[in-house]
Amino acid sequence: MASIRAEDLRIEFPLYHFARSMKKRLLGVASRRVKEDPQNRVVISALSDLNFTIESGERVALVGHNGAGKTTLLRTLAGIYEPVGGRLTVDGEIGCLIDPAAGMDGLSTGRDNIRLRGLYRGLDAAQIAALEADAGEFSGLGEFLDVPIHGYSAGMSIRLAFAVATAFQPQILLMDEWFSAGDADFMAKAQTRLEQLVKASEILVIATHDMDVVKRWCNRVIRLEAGRIVGDEVV
Amino acid sequence: MPRPEHYLSIDAANPRHVERALADLRDGLSQWRLALALARLDLRNRYRGSVLGPLWMSLSTLIMLIGLGLLYGTLFKLDLANYLPHLAVSLIIWQWMSTCITEACSTLIGAEGVIRQMRLPYTLHALRIAFRNSLVAAHSLPIILLVFLVFGHVPGPEGFLAIFGLLLIGINMLAGGLLLGMMCARFRDIPSLVGNVVQLAFFASPILWKPELLGDAMVWMALNPFYALLETVRGPLVEGGGPLLAWVAAVFYTTVHVVLAGLLFARFRSRIAFWV
Repeated sequence: MASIRAEDLRIEFPLYHFARSMKKRLLGVASRRVKEDPQNRVVISALSDLNFTIESGERVALVGHNGAGKTTLLRTLAGIYEPVGGRLTVDGEIGCLIDPAAGMDGLSTGRDNIRLRGLYRGLDAAQIAALEADAGEFSGLGEFLDVPIHGYSAGMSIRLAFAVATAFQPQILLMDEWFSAGDADFMAKAQTRLEQLVKASEILVIATHDMDVVKRWCNRVIRLEAGRIVGDEVV
Repeated sequence: MPRPEHYLSIDAANPRHVERALADLRDGLSQWRLALALARLDLRNRYRGSVLGPLWMSLSTLIMLIGLGLLYGTLFKLDLANYLPHLAVSLIIWQWMSTCITEACSTLIGAEGVIRQMRLPYTLHALRIAFRNSLVAAHSLPIILLVFLVFGHVPGPEGFLAIFGLLLIGINMLAGGLLLGMMCARFRDIPSLVGNVVQLAFFASPILWKPELLGDAMVWMALNPFYALLETVRGPLVEGGGPLLAWVAAVFYTTVHVVLAGLLFARFRSRIAFWV
């Protein structure tokens, strides 16, 4: 059974590499989010005092303005950022659709990039071959699979990235709002595949602005504002 | 799916630094296939579009060796049959070590894009740098063989000791990849500093010159970690074993290096994602 539990979760970004005068100016402005930590570092408090539990079966939408901390929370749940305060426990295998193009090599062909992604996921040779067949076919790139991806159009890059990223079925699906580009024909295909993935996952956490997505997929909305939870309701 | 992501449990009040650093090391080493694939990709991209391609790695060493060999052999009035095997081994091991040190500075900075998007063991990035530079060095190995053949130099059975020397250097590469990688991510002046130190170390280490030239002052060479490590490979291959003092020093420096890297990595591993 998958679950996520956060207690008093806190994430702070230290600001390094800037001049002393800027530090003074930054701290001079009365702000809730820019502050000085006990080691005299200027930090941006990205997430503060988050408490929530997400159980199997929940479909959570993270909503809030730009900079509210949605993506930071996703990255924290994925284990990329480690909390400076509080506790985080995640049970279940995580699939992370934050930046689908991460780890892609521009000078390698589409096919090589699929295989590389397989290695990133720690797959063995047979699994990589299966991934190559599945993602290659779904992307619909045909002969372009053997062309270096820096020659791809924006739409083609997204098709490849999407096909690779959605080829794994995780228990916990973390998703940022990026599935928007691509041609109309592909989008219809993409929607179906994404919906399958969402339905088969035990937990979905999606950062979104789109109320349609919330209505269609989610049964709980967590609203973030300036790094704090200001609303948490079942819909 | 054999990813280390099955279960995540982080408690800021009880960070389990050492345990999690060891897990990072274990996971990183177990993903060596990925590190090797990335290292090969780096090299392929570096020589993309070049006609001779990876052959340049061997060729540039050969050019350097012939040029320096003739120049310094004449300057120091050395017997080439004696000097060139020394220079070949020294130069190739030095290039291996020095490029690894300078590139170790960007172990983590260079992997920024991946670090912020995927949860991967940091050891993986250090392993990638070590593999990349070892692959480059492997391209120069035939040159050592060539020089030994031309000058009829045959290492005795003690030549096998060089394997331990290579192992020591390998351990240092991994430790350095993490240590320098972290320090350079946090303090951006360090890469330039390291560049200067490495440049100076080239002249301060017995690469162009033979350590015997120092006479009685040779014992002081043990203070130079580059000399100690060089000697663990050059000694067995060229000098018939290498001085015991150099071996002791090499093991000592490696231990200090590993302990220092390990301590800092355990303490600051969780901060790396915020530094890069």
